[in-house]
Amino acid sequence: MQYLVSVIDDRTASATPDEMSAINAFNDRLVAEGHWVFAGGLASPGTATVIDNRGGEAMLTDGPFLESKEYLAGLWIIRAPDLDVALKLAAEGSKACNRKVEVRPFLGG
Amino acid sequence: MTVAGVREAITRAHHEEWSRVVAALARRFGDLDVAEEAAAEAFAAAVERWPADGVPPSPGAWLATTAGRKAIDRVRRESKRADKQKEAQLLYDDDPAEPLGAIDDDRLRLIFTCCHPALAMESRVALTLRLVGGLTVAQIARAFLVRETAMGQRITRAKAKIKAARIPYRVPSAEDLPARVSGVLAVLFLVFNEGYLATGPDTDPVRPDLTAEAIRLGRLLRTFMPEDGEVAGLLALMLLTEARRTARVSAGGELVALDEQDRGAWDAALIAEGHQLVRERLAAAAAGAAPGRYQILAAINAVHTSARDVRDTDWSQVVALYDQLVRLDPSPVVALNRAIAVAELDGPEVALAAVNRLEPELAGYHAYHATRADLLRRLGRGRESRAAYDRAIELAGNTAETAALTRRRDRLR
Repeated sequence: MQYLVSVIDDRTASATPDEMSAINAFNDRLVAEGHWVFAGGLASPGTATVIDNRGGEAMLTDGPFLESKEYLAGLWIIRAPDLDVALKLAAEGSKACNRKVEVRPFLGG
Repeated sequence: MTVAGVREAITRAHHEEWSRVVAALARRFGDLDVAEEAAAEAFAAAVERWPADGVPPSPGAWLATTAGRKAIDRVRRESKRADKQKEAQLLYDDDPAEPLGAIDDDRLRLIFTCCHPALAMESRVALTLRLVGGLTVAQIARAFLVRETAMGQRITRAKAKIKAARIPYRVPSAEDLPARVSGVLAVLFLVFNEGYLATGPDTDPVRPDLTAEAIRLGRLLRTFMPEDGEVAGLLALMLLTEARRTARVSAGGELVALDEQDRGAWDAALIAEGHQLVRERLAAAAAGAAPGRYQILAAINAVHTSARDVRDTDWSQVVALYDQLVRLDPSPVVALNRAIAVAELDGPEVALAAVNRLEPELAGYHAYHATRADLLRRLGRGRESRAAYDRAIELAGNTAETAALTRRRDRLR
């Protein structure tokens, strides 16, 4: 079963060196214990471009699809046998990156 | 067997066997939907067949077998719809390494799953009443003044989340157990309180069906976890509160305060059972187990229910217990209840000063104003008392409570 752990941010500054080293230690643990699938940080929402090609002509819009105070700052994809394990890991992830996180299962994961 | 006898047997089987049947199916089929519907079908079959065929010698076994067959039928029907994944899920079982302990029971797994902290509180309450309590969606909807379709959707959504996010069907590990048990107790206490003092103006002020259900679930939980102090504490608290239920509402539909209740109308059997539990926990506390909030609240209620006359109440004991509770839970509501006891011990003036300090946090809470009103009345400050009653009446939702407050206000000169 795979879960998306989204990092929710409301600040503009990226991770501090302390936060980075905590995130790296947490990532190492995910790898060592077999939970690791993927992780990455995202550039600020202002760097996003929305593309809509449903009409056959790609329309580009500058900026994120949703303007909000809180935004997605990064993500983990983890492997866990059930939600309890995923929640425990996500709680540690939240502590490591010093931000709120959201846990969401992949469909048919 | 008479028609009434069969009906009684079905009701009893429903009480005793519903959660057992649902829980066993949920584990076997790894799917709460299948479990719930197959259990409902089995009970429907009992209603149809038992009057003609007679009540089977072992109703529980009959229901379990019938429900199992219904579930298999349903899974087969669904897997024919080209859904091989369902069959794979049939095989999904929880960790087989889990030790078989005193608390290993499918129903306990069911309770912990329904009360999982990843579900919203209102979903936990609804799921617990449906899957563990066996109430119908219509009954739960009525209890919480929600339309039946909305309640049905709430339950469906919760079950869908359990399945999609794979909330495990498992008794939590020892390390997580205390926090998870307190989550289960919170659900039971919420159900009980909604029955004990219904919040809405459009419902009966007291809902004995809900208080009875919460007590039944509390007793069930205690059979699984007889050593857990807070489980015993909550059960004792509910029993000692329920014991006063009939004395709590007057013939005219007014809430009757503790000091005005006819103590002869209290239920002696429930009180005895509650006192027994409190004594058990006092012994455990004497042996060094720190009591939690439910145990302390139960002890406070034990002091009240030990007094044959309100004048015999051991108020210093009540205040001492509240002191203990404040250390555990320094919330303004606890402080307010402590002040009510202080009024009896040290007089209304001391109590009023304590209550007034809570104004910033409790200005929107009817009990704050009702307490002030009573204290001001006792101090002969009629005009201020009347204003406080007015505010309390404005904020109170429960009809019996509004009636009692209005009467008290109108008695002021």
